[in-house]
Amino acid sequence: MSVKTEEMVLNMGPQHPSTHGVLRLELTLDGEIITKVVPHIGYLHRCFEKHCEVMTYPQVIPYTDRMDYLAAMGNEFGYVIGVEKLLGIQVPERVEYIRVIMAELQRIASHLVAIGTYGADIGAFTPFLYCFRDRERILNLFEITCGARLLYNYIWIGGLSHDLHPDFIRLTKEFIREFKPNLKELNNILTYNKIFIDRTANVGILPLETAINFGITGPMLRASGLRWDLRKDDTYSVYNKFDFEIPVGKGKMGTVGDSWDRYYVRVLEMEESIKIIEQAIAQLPDGDVTSAIPKKIKPPVGHIYSRVENPRGELGYFIISDGSTSPFRVKVRAPSFVNLQIMDELCRGHLVADVIAILGSVDIVLGEVDR
Amino acid sequence: MMYDFLYELTGSSIIAGTIIALLPLFAFILPFALFAVLLERKVAGHMQDRLGPMRVGYHGILQTIADIIKLIQKEDIIARENDKLFFNIAPVLTFVGSYAAFAVIPFSSIFLGAKIDLGIFYIIAVTGLVVAGILMAGWASNNKYSLLGAMRSASQIISYEIPTILVVLSIVMMTGTMSLFDLSENQTGSFWNWYIFGGPSISIQKFLLIPFMFIGFIIIYISTLAEVNRTPFDIPEAESELVSGYHTEYSGMKFAMFFLAEYANMFAVSAIVATMFFGGYQSPFGYLGNSLNLVWLIPIEQFFWFIFKGIFFVFVQMWLRWTLPRLRVDQLMAASWKYLIPIAFVNLLIIGFITLI
Amino acid sequence: MKSFEEISELLKNNFSDIHFEFHPEAKFEPYILVPANKIDTVCLFLRDNNELYFDSLINLSAVDDFNGNKIKDDKGNEIMQGGTMSIYYHMESIKFRHKLLIKVILDRDNPSVNSVTSIWNCANWHEREAFDLFGINFNNHPDLRRILMPYDWEFGHPLRKDYQNPEFYQGMKVPY
Repeated sequence: MSVKTEEMVLNMGPQHPSTHGVLRLELTLDGEIITKVVPHIGYLHRCFEKHCEVMTYPQVIPYTDRMDYLAAMGNEFGYVIGVEKLLGIQVPERVEYIRVIMAELQRIASHLVAIGTYGADIGAFTPFLYCFRDRERILNLFEITCGARLLYNYIWIGGLSHDLHPDFIRLTKEFIREFKPNLKELNNILTYNKIFIDRTANVGILPLETAINFGITGPMLRASGLRWDLRKDDTYSVYNKFDFEIPVGKGKMGTVGDSWDRYYVRVLEMEESIKIIEQAIAQLPDGDVTSAIPKKIKPPVGHIYSRVENPRGELGYFIISDGSTSPFRVKVRAPSFVNLQIMDELCRGHLVADVIAILGSVDIVLGEVDR
Repeated sequence: MMYDFLYELTGSSIIAGTIIALLPLFAFILPFALFAVLLERKVAGHMQDRLGPMRVGYHGILQTIADIIKLIQKEDIIARENDKLFFNIAPVLTFVGSYAAFAVIPFSSIFLGAKIDLGIFYIIAVTGLVVAGILMAGWASNNKYSLLGAMRSASQIISYEIPTILVVLSIVMMTGTMSLFDLSENQTGSFWNWYIFGGPSISIQKFLLIPFMFIGFIIIYISTLAEVNRTPFDIPEAESELVSGYHTEYSGMKFAMFFLAEYANMFAVSAIVATMFFGGYQSPFGYLGNSLNLVWLIPIEQFFWFIFKGIFFVFVQMWLRWTLPRLRVDQLMAASWKYLIPIAFVNLLIIGFITLI
Repeated sequence: MKSFEEISELLKNNFSDIHFEFHPEAKFEPYILVPANKIDTVCLFLRDNNELYFDSLINLSAVDDFNGNKIKDDKGNEIMQGGTMSIYYHMESIKFRHKLLIKVILDRDNPSVNSVTSIWNCANWHEREAFDLFGINFNNHPDLRRILMPYDWEFGHPLRKDYQNPEFYQGMKVPY
């Protein structure tokens, strides 16, 4: 006589300590094994694309900050590059270098959050606070530059809103000097911790073919073994002047493309960002950061797709201009929106505890998913 | 011991019995739980490069009192679908399970609740009530998360009882007594006579036993960590997965009782480990009372040594909680069944052989 | 890496029966206009052809062209009748490093096109978003329902240019 079993539907609801925002995951469980995951989004939809159609081009920039609020510099960067291409203006070199420094500092800050919260989800509460301690120093650097810690409105069309503070270079060098041993400490307590490896290695393995078909970009794609980074493969701004590596997942502790690889790629990327910042500071030219900002921004009719490498993946802006001072349509290709589709594929056959590990390694920010 | 003393003092068995029953609770467990909550928050804070509670009292000493006042005046929420009887009984049962163990733990040579010959056996039997309490809490909450947490907790506690019992068996085999009082009395003298260093005899047996005693100590420490649901085995209360597991639906005083039960349990298992392996209330190097010829000072000193050892092991448990991530359910079960139990068995056999020599 | 002209040649040679419109002069990205009912065959060819191998769909955007007749409806609001909507497909080949933009023009009053989810899984949520915010119907989509708006939103498709907010939604006043 066989026992009739039912599948249980469990709701990891919009309010949950580990879903990194308001995300609802509907899990169908057979005992403790997952058979289906359906993500429900839209709880943070703030109609960014509709707003863009009534605002002027410079007014859109604070709104782009608020989409991925943990990596705001990258959002502004992508939008501004697109509009500058539409207008056909060339910004001074100093502006390019400062934008790169800000974007890389932002990348370190965003990866610190990703790593810290990932550890906290797995149960290691202490590395979370160590990561945030380092992130506080980066946010202090941003604060002395433009006055804001999280949402900046700093990268403007044609230049920047403020030049660097006189103390900025010295403080950044201090920060880098003190961050390198902290990174080693983080590796000791979290990355090579046996329990952490047991929880994340061979969990949520993402094969490369599936990743490309689903449109995955960013550290997730690199962890599956493909060396694809927009900073080198479709280079923008002055990234071609710097010498840095692209870390790729090698399956060191398990299979290529598992959650440990995705985590480790982020740790290595922070080291590479430090290299870029050091080189950029050494090569920083002089100039006026506000000289190329146009008075009236009225691009000609046309459309363009501009993209940058955000800490979470490829952020793209498809801007259609109809010749007036407001965009006709701005469509944002948010990396977390596209990456979240893979949850169902990755989670099948794993336990409930692994859903948290996998979701943490996908590293979503609901602000981008819902816009 | 205490019972006899109080009976002579008051002449009534009822009063003596009541005082004996309430004394450990009010004189020790409640103050210890207050202290342990504060210790945990300060230890966590300092390990995470921050300061912990600082505002209430001098450097946050009165923080727990503020917490207790807050919890007492909270509304006791009972959902409509909850099973009222079980919902109310569950925290009480959990607390009783851990509190009852204190009856046979010797705090010093005169302060012992009840001197029975079956000390350890009684403790292991009575801490099984905790499982019943947790399951009731999970079921009566009418919440899928709580049910999952409670089931995980029950399976975890049951699996980790076995290595504990095996190590306890090896000690009982070696010493021939189950009473914790006798175990503590046997480890007199200096720290070299403690069971972790082989015991009070001076023979080849003692030196052969030392490595196996260490292994036994490590096994029992890990197993008791799992029994009290502390990280890395804290899946039942995993905050980030199950939103507090089996005590999600509790508020106010009932929640406080679960917490109290957890800290009391932590101290109880630390005390058992200290008694079995580290000499209980014996001091590592003679007594001040002996050298000063003040006989009444000795039990007080022993009390202090006992508390010190207990708190030290509690501190190590907290240290582990804030350093290590948490194990997944199947890895936890594998750790117990595939690793700890075979090692404990082999340990038991070898200790048995050595005892026969 | 193929240029826009070479890709256009390959498409023309392989699909002699489909009428493409090539726009290499478009500001600032050249694009190919494909008829709406043939988009899935063309995309399948683009993905599987050995010289093109567009294995990654970067972006799928729907646009309301707002080029019909403006009329006033019964409530006095301005709505549009007629006109077109477009969908832009950006795709890329990771192996060969070339990119392509394909545009499809649909009827605004009853927009409907075949889904490319079976070709690139990336398009799944992009098409759901286009359906949710514009009302474009994708045939053969595995799970077409609203994604960003609440599931029971019956007041139209918000990103259309003539969209009006309703007064009340489930008892709550909408414009507050």
